[in-house]
Amino acid sequence: MSLKSNTTTMDESIPTTQTEEVVISPDALSSSPAEKAARLNAPTVIDIENVDFHYGKNKALHGIHFPIKEKLVTAFIGPSGCGKSTLLRCLNRMNDLIDGTRVSSGSIKISGVDIYHPSVDVIELRKRVGMVFQKSNPFPKSVYENVVYGLRLQGINDKARLDETVERSLRGAALWEEVRDRLHTSALGLSGGQQQRLCIARAIAVEPEIILMDEPCSALDPIATVKVEELIHQLKQDYTIVIVTHNMQQAGRCSDVTAFFYMGRLIEMDATEKIFTNPTQKQTEDYISGRFG
Amino acid sequence: MATPNQATLRPNGPKDMDLSRKPRVRLLFSKGMDILVGLVTLAALIPLVSVLYMVARKGAGNFRWEMLWKLPPAAGIDGGGFGNALLGTLILVAVGTLVSVPLGILTAIFLTEYSQGTKSARIIRFCAKILSGLPSILAGVFIFGVLVVTTRSFSVMAGGLALGILMLPIIILATEEALLRVPRFLREASLALGANRTQTVLHITLPAAGSTIITGVMLAVARAAGETAPIIFTALFTSYWISSLNEPTASMAVLIYNFSSVPYDNMVNMAWTASFVLIVIVLVTNIVSHLVANRSK
Repeated sequence: MSLKSNTTTMDESIPTTQTEEVVISPDALSSSPAEKAARLNAPTVIDIENVDFHYGKNKALHGIHFPIKEKLVTAFIGPSGCGKSTLLRCLNRMNDLIDGTRVSSGSIKISGVDIYHPSVDVIELRKRVGMVFQKSNPFPKSVYENVVYGLRLQGINDKARLDETVERSLRGAALWEEVRDRLHTSALGLSGGQQQRLCIARAIAVEPEIILMDEPCSALDPIATVKVEELIHQLKQDYTIVIVTHNMQQAGRCSDVTAFFYMGRLIEMDATEKIFTNPTQKQTEDYISGRFG
Repeated sequence: MATPNQATLRPNGPKDMDLSRKPRVRLLFSKGMDILVGLVTLAALIPLVSVLYMVARKGAGNFRWEMLWKLPPAAGIDGGGFGNALLGTLILVAVGTLVSVPLGILTAIFLTEYSQGTKSARIIRFCAKILSGLPSILAGVFIFGVLVVTTRSFSVMAGGLALGILMLPIIILATEEALLRVPRFLREASLALGANRTQTVLHITLPAAGSTIITGVMLAVARAAGETAPIIFTALFTSYWISSLNEPTASMAVLIYNFSSVPYDNMVNMAWTASFVLIVIVLVTNIVSHLVANRSK
């Protein structure tokens, strides 16, 4: 499929080069409530179609092909260097910032729009697809200014609206009670866990459709990690979340769907419970049970 | 339980713990190096301290406030001051700063944010480095040829431009260094929120680098304030107040140069006092700019 094509096919049953297991098997969920099974059949938001990705001459992703469903938490797992972060950063085109990288074939469609099409405005894309990074990275500004940064970029300076957004976003990130008295002090004075939740608040302030999280808890202590995981649970009511994690327990605890990557290939993708209890592929089972990686 | 592996790792078995201090050659060597480093640091401070001491001793004693607003004395006459030279230096440096700061900062932004790693960036950086090693008299000669000869007049404008040429590479290189030190993750965070490159530079990168950039600008200002050679060729010297940017002006550096080589005690003493005042001005501007930079953090 060429990059220029802007067709909006939603067909998920295109045969893939690497995996057959792109459709979530409902039988794996026989033990779960019917409601949960229904959620797994949610509409597709992101269509990743036969994506190859190059860092210079090195091919980092090989024919990745699977759908990401609306308002579910999708976890990317796999050993270091397997391409999971690379794929995540393709979804809001953060890889554009690195010279010599390109999606060399295939396409990524969000709500049917090919995000690598020349007519796509990257700025608009990044407003719709928010991102939380591995290392919490608040700006050296006040808590308040951090949250409203995205709005100010859009030229919104109405005090009442900004105040309302700050409270809503900080409540949404379960941080409001902790910082309401110091909104105008530097964000760098917050603890690591608070800084990471502030980054989540900053991301949801611009009301994206999708939130990408690149190992959001890897620099946090266990208590802060629990808070962020609880937050992910709440956020999926409103957002589609894609999370990269090295922590398999975390993937098990907070995701609905898990995709396992190895050496730049998607090995298996399925309902999280199925991946962790009864994976189809031997490699997945070996990784999850700690035999390698 | 000892395994065969452990046995080969410690063939001599456990030793007694003896942590008492013993005289050792390498300890003595380390001590000797500590002392050497301290002495060399002191030696490096000798020229700096002695220059400051001499200027303060010879210049501070004769200082009178009226010197700051009086015109220079005629040969052999007592009294007078260097008011016109002080004002001239301030205006010359101001012109130089106005020319070089916007150009320098914009160039550095182009180098780090828009063209990093490209051939044009390498060429521009190379030119800036060469320019920073330019003998200052050449900046004066260059402006003399370009501006003074064509307008047939020495002027404040020409002097300010010559200083601007000297300040430009210092500001480019210092600003580039400051921008490169802004962590990449701050830029990414801004871009991920839907900022474009210009917004990221204006709202995130420049403020984060602000205090380091100000330090670089101050370095350039301090150097320009003390330059004599480019001023002699461009702004020349007068004994009167300046009335327009198209006229020659007095400056502290040239006044010091002129008055230090005449046989009149009053003028020689005034050169010392002017040197002292120049040092104090540079020092005060530095302190103020540091305070401003730290406050804005």
